[in-house]
Amino acid sequence: MNIEKNKLLMMFFLASESMFFIVLILTYAYYRSTAAVGFESTGGPTALTSLNPIRTGIFTLILILSSFTVWLGVKSLKSKRHSMLCFWLFITIVLGALFLYGQGTEWWGMIKQDITISRDLFGTTFYTLTGFHGFHVTVGLIMLLILFGLALAGDFRGPKSAGIESISLYWHFVDVVWIVVYSVIYLWAVL
Amino acid sequence: MSRIPWVPETTEPLPRVGESEGLLTWAASVDHKQIGIMYFIAALSFFCIGGLEALLMRIQLSRPDNNFIDPELFNQLFTMHGTTMVFLVIMPFLIGLGVYLIPLMIGARDMAFPRLNALSFWVVVFGGLLLYYPFITQSGATDVGWFAYTPLSEKPYSLNNGPTYWALALLCTGIGSVASGINNIITIITLRAPGMTMRRIPLFVWLLLVTSFLLAFAIPILNAGLVTLLLDRILEANFFAPSSGGSAILWQNVFWGFGHPEVYILVLPAFAIICEVIPVFSRQPIFGYGFMVGSAIAIGLLAFGVWGHHMFAVGLGVPFNTYFSLASMLIAVPTGVKIFTWIATMWGGKIYFATAMMFATAFVIEFVIGGLSGVAFAAAPLTWQLTDSYFVVAHIHYVLFGGSMFAIFAGIYYWFPKWTGRMLSERIGKCHFWLMLIGFNLTFLFQHMVGLLGMPRRVYTYPDLPSWNWLNLLSTIGACVLGFSVLIFIFNIFFSLRKGKIAGNNPWNAWTLEWLAASPPPVHNFDEVPRIHSARPLWDLAHPDMPDEPESFNTGVTR
Ligand SMILES: [Cu+2]
Repeated sequence: MNIEKNKLLMMFFLASESMFFIVLILTYAYYRSTAAVGFESTGGPTALTSLNPIRTGIFTLILILSSFTVWLGVKSLKSKRHSMLCFWLFITIVLGALFLYGQGTEWWGMIKQDITISRDLFGTTFYTLTGFHGFHVTVGLIMLLILFGLALAGDFRGPKSAGIESISLYWHFVDVVWIVVYSVIYLWAVL
Repeated sequence: MSRIPWVPETTEPLPRVGESEGLLTWAASVDHKQIGIMYFIAALSFFCIGGLEALLMRIQLSRPDNNFIDPELFNQLFTMHGTTMVFLVIMPFLIGLGVYLIPLMIGARDMAFPRLNALSFWVVVFGGLLLYYPFITQSGATDVGWFAYTPLSEKPYSLNNGPTYWALALLCTGIGSVASGINNIITIITLRAPGMTMRRIPLFVWLLLVTSFLLAFAIPILNAGLVTLLLDRILEANFFAPSSGGSAILWQNVFWGFGHPEVYILVLPAFAIICEVIPVFSRQPIFGYGFMVGSAIAIGLLAFGVWGHHMFAVGLGVPFNTYFSLASMLIAVPTGVKIFTWIATMWGGKIYFATAMMFATAFVIEFVIGGLSGVAFAAAPLTWQLTDSYFVVAHIHYVLFGGSMFAIFAGIYYWFPKWTGRMLSERIGKCHFWLMLIGFNLTFLFQHMVGLLGMPRRVYTYPDLPSWNWLNLLSTIGACVLGFSVLIFIFNIFFSLRKGKIAGNNPWNAWTLEWLAASPPPVHNFDEVPRIHSARPLWDLAHPDMPDEPESFNTGVTR
């Protein structure tokens, strides 16, 4: 096999993680679709009444954009443009942090409306799904920050780095998961 | 921009892991052989604890209306027994065997990620300690069964901390298992010796590869279930709380979505051991290498589509029951292929009954019994009749003890010389084997009957009904014999470590690469790995005049 073993490790780890997310997403979908015990019947808040798909849509675009910038970072690594790599890593971190800020304000607004994880099934599934995704974004940000620090200290002269390439894979994965989560929670609500 | 020296250069050399046997060199070890042996020690310790729990239960059940232990403790005992044996005994035994043997069998220096390997091990040990911690606290250990059905395992019904620790413990062992699964996969993909194509790796490695995929893709399902259960218990979420619209059945789907692949995580490595032991002691190559690999892959894939056969009693409806019945019966086909492949390998061979081979032969027989009752359970109506009875207990023990554990003992007798440089005593070994065989069948064969007579499982006592008392008494006597045979086994280990015959590199005249290394292998495993030309490199080395055909899978028939 030609793939570097650390990248291979990341790929299998992400494949394994996707099983974890599939279960959480199916759980959300199950409670969303079985109306008899689902969200609407309780008369409480729902994704439709308490979430803003446009505002979160913008933060979604920001996350997608960060996937693009990390890809540009890997491209700069391959063409040995070290300062561009540092730049794109920095932009990715800023965009990722912006997304987390969006998630934070979303949660804060909902908690002020008294929608908590223990209130009803909507709260339970919403916070679990977005929470585990947000946790993965946070871990990704920490790893990107470490890479950024190392890059500033002079590492990653290119054209290859298992670290940069596998963390960028991770970041793409977090992005893809969010697109699914956004579709299932926000878009399904308006449909 | 130049590299900023944050920390001054040091001239001290890195501390070297010496060859000494200090405790710290073990705890800090990243060597796959040492980690493999630590897995073995941990699993054996938990095996003794889990066995003791079983013995306590059997003593309580030896006669009707007994009150040797109270019902609360009994509930804790069967829950801890099941959890321990599955997650802290069979899995660590099998994963540890893989960790020790895979690099040796493919001619590698170590696993692809030695540090991750050490992390996997220690996280599993930590999980075991977490599981047992509440036993010593006021609240007592978890008492909701090894599959922790909701809503019983939810807060209003189980206010003690047992189930919380149970979930945290399994989360730890789960993380460890995923990591070792992925580590195995990458090791097998990237570190094979020159010439060792995927068609030439030992079947042990192939079957562990399939198992590793199951670890990587089935354990996360359990992890997701565990975190949602923990959210319910700690943050009062509503996933499995029927009172707020949650579905208790959802937990069953998630748990068995993991639970059925888990069955194959426990049994495919056992098959892997048998695939190595039977050819060597029949003095013939395996009959149908390709069939063995293909059927293992088929089992691995089918494993994800049959979880509903654990839920026939729920009332899923006719279409689901029919599907899950048929799909489950389908698994009997690849499993049958394996059984026939082993029989065909033994057929006409010069069988040498060393203790390892005796355990392997017993494995085939006991596993067929467990497999047959398993196929019977695939029929939904039979499950309705027998669910939650001792028939289920008998079935699972034929598969997991008569199956997995017998294979593990076969593996231990087979590879112990490689691990330690000394043979396990064959005389004590045969004594161990016969006592264990008798004890095991005495314990569990009669549980089929008492189950058919209607005795429910997980009850701390039972009324004095005709036949129930003597069947249970026989079972308890069997359990004591079983316990005694384990003591003999442990004695054999300590005895043979001191007085066992010196093994040499290849005491069994086996053909796979691990027997080329010294016993025990040096830190770097091999001084030189020869180029591999077939599935039996040591045969080729010993018989340069008549080497195996490069991809000869079925040579057993013609040679
Ligand atoms: Cu099953």
